[in-house]
Amino acid sequence: MNPTLTDIIRDGLWHNNPGLVQLLGLCPLLAISGTMVNAIGLGIATTLTLLLSNVLVSLIRNHARPEIRIPVYVLIIASIVTAIELAMNAWFHGLYLILGIFIPLIVTNCAIIGRAEAFASRNSVPRAALDGLMMGLGFTGVLIALGALREILGQGTLMANAHLLFGSWGHNLTLQFYPSEHGFLLALLPPGAFMAMGLLIAAKNWIDHQFEPEPSASHDESTAESSTAPDNA
Amino acid sequence: MRFRTESSPHMIPAHSVSGVMQQVLMALVPGTLAMTWFFGWGVLVNVLLGVLFAVAFEAAMVAARKRPVMPTLADNSAIVTGWLFALAIPPLAPFWVTLIGIAFAIIVAKHLYGGLGYNPFNPAMVGYVVVLVSFPREMALWPAPDTLPESPLTLLQTLQTVLTGSLPGAQEWDAVTRATPLDAMREGLVSGRTVGEITASPLFGSFTETGWEWIGNFFLLGGLYLLFRRIIHWHIPVAVILGVAVPAGFFWMLDPGSYASPAFHVFSGAVIIGAFFIATDPVSASTTPLGRILYGAGIGVLIFVIRTWGGYPDAVAFAVLLMNMVAPTLDHLTRPRIFGRTRGGPPPGGGHA
Repeated sequence: MNPTLTDIIRDGLWHNNPGLVQLLGLCPLLAISGTMVNAIGLGIATTLTLLLSNVLVSLIRNHARPEIRIPVYVLIIASIVTAIELAMNAWFHGLYLILGIFIPLIVTNCAIIGRAEAFASRNSVPRAALDGLMMGLGFTGVLIALGALREILGQGTLMANAHLLFGSWGHNLTLQFYPSEHGFLLALLPPGAFMAMGLLIAAKNWIDHQFEPEPSASHDESTAESSTAPDNA
Repeated sequence: MRFRTESSPHMIPAHSVSGVMQQVLMALVPGTLAMTWFFGWGVLVNVLLGVLFAVAFEAAMVAARKRPVMPTLADNSAIVTGWLFALAIPPLAPFWVTLIGIAFAIIVAKHLYGGLGYNPFNPAMVGYVVVLVSFPREMALWPAPDTLPESPLTLLQTLQTVLTGSLPGAQEWDAVTRATPLDAMREGLVSGRTVGEITASPLFGSFTETGWEWIGNFFLLGGLYLLFRRIIHWHIPVAVILGVAVPAGFFWMLDPGSYASPAFHVFSGAVIIGAFFIATDPVSASTTPLGRILYGAGIGVLIFVIRTWGGYPDAVAFAVLLMNMVAPTLDHLTRPRIFGRTRGGPPPGGGHA
């Protein structure tokens, strides 16, 4: 029960991915993934929060009394998120306005308190930091995949509004595949987010299935089963 | 002398799935022909495309699931789905609308849930709602029934329109299409006109526009045939129509200036075809007698509510999908009493169950 560093990396990015496997933080994941730029913005903010909260929780893990550890973690996470929110307000104001309530709501992302409780509170600082970073990157990866999928289908662009994130040279990053008025509107609407998420989870399960060590004969329907993801804010 | 013995089953079920679907298809013919008469070749082209796509996707999905393809195709259910979808979309809609809608209907709504018999939602209506919310512009291209014939599109011109998405020659969409009666009523009421002024237009017959009335009548004919052949039960269609007519009549009597008559509501849009052909889908509808009545009434009331206060002019698809969600609960709550038992309890006299 002491995962190696490789295990930590693989868990965060793939095997125990917060978005695809733990299904934590679905509320911001589904609400913000309408475009890729929003997804990257929220992904970076969440990754930073995870990294910092894991480090701080790991630092105080021998001092916080078990009875009050959860409120202490919540206070730490809330302080970090407040700091990140103020920083985004100052330096990425356009993106801050678009992401709106979902930046403060990072506090309630179950993935963060989950990692604090399940990993950071019983591991050393470097390991906790690595775990926070990898979980954050895993979450960001799902956000970006979902954002890219929905943006291409919904409005025919990729990286629209990139200047909000990268400054004025970001205008060059925007790709236009086809005129936006022919977009598949459903992809931008909430049901489209749920369907795309279900498809991503199905794809992940299918890939896992392809690389399974011992192939068993009776698995014909693995891709069909995960189209309804349990809701979990 | 030897008697030949056969193993069970000895009673052949009266309705096989493919037989039922064949009857439904036959019953759809008169309404489809009426639509073709009023809207032109586009209806038939769409039905053909819809059925082709539906069968192709069905075959592909069944093959991908490693099930026998031909027996599944022989149940005809994909044909019904494709046909109903094609009747729901505008007759001159470009072919990719049909392609995307059918893809969602067959792949997502039907096979991802496990195929025929396992789908909680009516596949044709899922496909229709997907294209309705995704492509509002294409889905508004309803030609005017009966007034088109200044220069009706020939079969070839219709094919060209459906395949390329643009009208042949110098024709403009605005010259060919017109607001449906439900659109006209909705726009008129929003802009402050009364129901009387809106229906005073010469295009309106006794209930709604003449073309739509006749289409409704012919679908009614098909529906009555299904009732006569015992393919469907009376509960759902009657409940749907009453569910629309009763609240519509109530508000109409309160204020006939701002609420359309119940007859207008019943004969406009998709209420008739919805009541007889869509709401009665044996898989996604409720199955107990009381459940069917509640299910149908729910659809009817929702149609009226969404039409009157909601964001879309017609609402049959939304109402059906919403009530599909409720159907399992309705079935559970309205289970008939088992013979010899009190409702929900052990048999009278407290015997062992």
